[in-house]
Amino acid sequence: MDKLFDWDLYGKLFALPYVQAALVAAGILGLVAGVLGPLIVSRNMAFAVHGTSELSFTGGAAALLLGADVGHGALAGAIVAALVLGLLSRRSSEHDSVIGAVLSFGLGVGVLLLWFYPGRASNKFGLLVGQIVGVDFASIALLAICGVAVLLVLLVIYRPLLFASVDPEVARARGVPVGLLAVIFAVLVGVATALGVQTVGALLVLALMITPAASAARVTASPLRATALAVIFAETAALGGFILSLAPGAPVSAFVTGISFLIYLVCWTVGRMRGRVSIAAPAVVTGPVVAR
Amino acid sequence: MSGVPAVSLRDATLGYGDRILWSGLNLDVERGEFVVVLGPNGSGKTSLLRVLLGLQPLTSGTVRIVGEPPGRGNRRIGYIPQQRAIDAPLRGRDLVGLGLDGHRWGTGLSRIRERRQRVDQALEDVGAVAFAKAPVAQLSGGEQQRLRVAQALVSDPEVLLCDEPLLSLDLANQRVVSSLIDRRRRSADTAVLFVTHEINPVLPLVDRVLYLVDGRFRAGRPDEVMNSETLSELYRAKIDVVRVRGQIHVVGAQSAVCEDQPHHLHEEPA
Repeated sequence: MDKLFDWDLYGKLFALPYVQAALVAAGILGLVAGVLGPLIVSRNMAFAVHGTSELSFTGGAAALLLGADVGHGALAGAIVAALVLGLLSRRSSEHDSVIGAVLSFGLGVGVLLLWFYPGRASNKFGLLVGQIVGVDFASIALLAICGVAVLLVLLVIYRPLLFASVDPEVARARGVPVGLLAVIFAVLVGVATALGVQTVGALLVLALMITPAASAARVTASPLRATALAVIFAETAALGGFILSLAPGAPVSAFVTGISFLIYLVCWTVGRMRGRVSIAAPAVVTGPVVAR
Repeated sequence: MSGVPAVSLRDATLGYGDRILWSGLNLDVERGEFVVVLGPNGSGKTSLLRVLLGLQPLTSGTVRIVGEPPGRGNRRIGYIPQQRAIDAPLRGRDLVGLGLDGHRWGTGLSRIRERRQRVDQALEDVGAVAFAKAPVAQLSGGEQQRLRVAQALVSDPEVLLCDEPLLSLDLANQRVVSSLIDRRRRSADTAVLFVTHEINPVLPLVDRVLYLVDGRFRAGRPDEVMNSETLSELYRAKIDVVRVRGQIHVVGAQSAVCEDQPHHLHEEPA
């Protein structure tokens, strides 16, 4: 525990290129996750994101086995999963059970693929619980490009997407291409999820994509303010979690989720005291338990 | 005022596959006119609105809205849906703002001041300023429907399409919402097409009734359509129309006439 407050050690660590690279990665991820989060919450897609992240693990595992780049595999897996899960009707009462069925199968396939892989065990764990210090500059470049692309697309489609997300019936009546936007948004979520899988791991993407937005929804009903707060919360969790994990050499995921959940508890309390707890904030969704 | 009708249907037929909802429909709705669309479930009332919104093409015939063929996202049309729980994190003024520019691409930052003014005005017009900043999910059904009216009127439409806007509101709120709609059509000459299963809450406002039953229809003044003879003919069954204290009650032998059953109940809330 002493190491947690050894400032000298922090100074040395921050000088390391791989630490700097990881900070940049965490920063990009926090921004993208924070911006997408409120829309995901509005569209009741928390469980779909969870499924997407776990299936991007499957894509990464397949790439690992085939000798391809794990990041590309995760990206491909996430986009395919996001399209499949995102396009299932949101209204369907079967929605959640379909996601549950698909994602557990996908995870099983992923585990099997990893078992076939003869390499080191750390690679296996990296996909599940994050391996942010393994991010190299080539991945940073991919991460940055994907992040900027996601944000640019969002800038263009934000208003119709918000309309379609919160008020689909009237949006459709006003000529908003609700179905097309669902496809585009699914791809954006897939890309962002794949970014998350590289840094905090498949199991913990929810900590950055959902929890900050759910926290923000507890304290404000304004979409713009919720987005700003979600970005701040996600950055705090991503950067703060990474920095705190450095000195003890502890898993990043534990700190990221810890901070994220702490923020959620604070926001929940604040919302509660103000008496404006939004019934829209989703319950925390848990997927099938996976042996770590 | 130009002579172009707000809504014009000529020999219009709508069907899905083998099933014809209605055919040979001719209807002109003038500016400032309040037309109620009645009929049992599945008679194609909502489909008529979908045609006018450009979401559903006619099987045959022509349709014009303010002189133009319907297209997706026509800004001259306002749309008020039935009241449903809105559970998204959203404030009242955000909901209204989406009615103004929610269909537009890009950031919209250059018009942000004009946007604020128009949203403020629309909120004021429906008396929703007091709760405009509260989360929509916490508002009552009546408050939410007032916001819906503001959302539809903020873009200054020439035609207002309403799909069961009074459903699940109590009597007082039915009166508030219908009088807001009525005030708009009188002040701005906006044509109103009002789909409902229950004519009584709006009966004093109605200029004409379009009654759809099983592919047949009848249009005319309320007293021309809402009588035992006409409805018996439409339903091809013995129907009694009873007027009690200024209200109209349709008494039929068949369950298909049951006016108290709102349609759409199969749809889950968004």
